[in-house]
Amino acid sequence: MLVEWPQIVEALWETLIMVSFSLLFSVVIGLPLGILLVITRKGHLLENTFVFNVLNGIVNIFRSVPFIILMVAVIPFTRLVVGTSIGTAAAIVPMVLYAGPYIARLIENSLLEVDPGVMEAAQAMGATPRQIITKFLIPEALSSLLLGLTIATIGLVGASAMAGAVGGGGLGDLAITFGYQRFDTIVLLITVGILILMVQGLQSAGNILSKKIRRR
Amino acid sequence: MITFENVTKVYQSPTAEVKALDQVDLHIEKGEIYGVIGFSGAGKSSLIRCVNLLERPTSGKVIVNSQDLLALSPKELRKAKSDIGMIFQHFNLLNSKTVFTNVAMPLLLAKKPKDEIKQRVQELLDFVGLADKADSYPDQLSGGQKQRVGIARALATQPSILLCDEATSALDPETTNAILQLLKKINEQYDITILIITHEMSVIREICDKVAVIDHGKVVEAGTVFDVFSQPQTKVARNFVKTVMHDDIPDSIYQLLETQDEANRIYRIVFVGESAGAPLLSQIAKHYPVEINVLFGSITELQGTPFGNLIVQFKGEDKEIQRVIMHINQQKVAVKEVFEHVS
Ligand SMILES: Nc1ncnc2c1ncn2[C@@H]1O[C@H](COP(=O)(O)OP(=O)(O)OP(=O)(O)O)[C@@H](O)[C@H]1O
Ligand SMILES: [Mg+2]
Repeated sequence: MLVEWPQIVEALWETLIMVSFSLLFSVVIGLPLGILLVITRKGHLLENTFVFNVLNGIVNIFRSVPFIILMVAVIPFTRLVVGTSIGTAAAIVPMVLYAGPYIARLIENSLLEVDPGVMEAAQAMGATPRQIITKFLIPEALSSLLLGLTIATIGLVGASAMAGAVGGGGLGDLAITFGYQRFDTIVLLITVGILILMVQGLQSAGNILSKKIRRR
Repeated sequence: MITFENVTKVYQSPTAEVKALDQVDLHIEKGEIYGVIGFSGAGKSSLIRCVNLLERPTSGKVIVNSQDLLALSPKELRKAKSDIGMIFQHFNLLNSKTVFTNVAMPLLLAKKPKDEIKQRVQELLDFVGLADKADSYPDQLSGGQKQRVGIARALATQPSILLCDEATSALDPETTNAILQLLKKINEQYDITILIITHEMSVIREICDKVAVIDHGKVVEAGTVFDVFSQPQTKVARNFVKTVMHDDIPDSIYQLLETQDEANRIYRIVFVGESAGAPLLSQIAKHYPVEINVLFGSITELQGTPFGNLIVQFKGEDKEIQRVIMHINQQKVAVKEVFEHVS
């Protein structure tokens, strides 16, 4: 059987688009959310139990819905945002709703690991809450933040394959249509191989970058 | 410089209420090195954290540089804090930043011009003896070096007050001493008022002018280091003094006395200042028919004044011994303290 390389390249491209755009939007949502989850908790910079409980609840709700169900459940919303519920752009919407809260949690964890003593020193210096976040909390957590983002990105690669299976395009779509429906084992193996390489590459890159930041 | 008026700090938790500071009054003059000592949980950290409002008192007033801190707006308070440097037991440096950036941090926050920052940081690193470490990261430094970075950082904004919360507790004795000498140099060279919190009496003895003893949230004793060390008024203070003065009769000597099986008349003679050099015992030996047995003696220097402590046993007729005691009492500066040992 002939392997259709142009199709594979196109599917790879779609996957990359899906993952990178949804990563971008997820960070835009997840970063402030993660920061808020830290600074509004009890005894922290801008303690606010109400805000914390609301945000915490929302994140928990999104985190508890399996991606495949989330994808279907938000179809009306997806239509509202991108005008259609199928295709690469449409897949990005549920992927962001899935990864945004996930990234918020990962960022929350990283920021909570920062030595409270450092924050205390910042406060003793008279740093503003904004300065404490940008000049103390985030730089101190950066290495661990990057590892968290690596995990989230890998999660998005997996989600993109699932989104592909329901019409989002990309490698997942390819694997289903050729490998499953047309019994083209070679294409199936190639897509799986590409996915494995992607995940390995991302993890290694994340590790190296995180290490570099920790020990310049 | 720093005044606490009736400061109380209560920590509230769902299950309990802890009164960490209980109506504390304290006054620290400009240029002093003031020590606060107390056992673990006594409220020392709570006290020092009230000076820059890291912790807000539940009631009472904290006045720093004639400003009532509790009345300041957040902005004014941040400004006031640039006049109060602070160093910590665990240094609290940014591990992700170089020594240079750590020291520059307070200046970066204040948005000072770049070359001014560069010059000031260089100056500070020179002062603390770390000029060659500007590009190192904190985890490449020893504990003592880290604390020097902490000190340089605390001095960056040229504060008039330096707060030290157990600044030497994580360091070995030799490094502790070096850091204490550095603090003394800061006090003398820049006329910075220093407040030191510690549980080690040796730190107080080494560099403090005045000391307050805190116990269960209350200041139970305060005064010059000399007064508190030579005449501690409370049991807590006496216990602390004991840890550095070693003025107890060693157990082995007690045992020796017990085996002798005779009525022992043991006295503690405390010599202060000039009297420490007086030949008191030889005078007694010459003029009175009593035998003198020196059980224990020590001499310590407190703020440049010798402070002697002698434990002696007098043997002889009661009447003669009374005369000896009277003689000792007549020596104006010599202090006497009788204590009975039941054998
Ligand atoms: N944030 C807090 N919440 C509740 N209780 C606290 C808090 N901080 C301190 N305490 C309590 O207040 C009391 C005084 O604590 P503080 O830290 O001032 O003591 P300390 O003298 O500095 O002790 P140490 O020598 O162990 O550092 C302790 O009983 C402590 O458990
Ligand atoms: Mg403490």
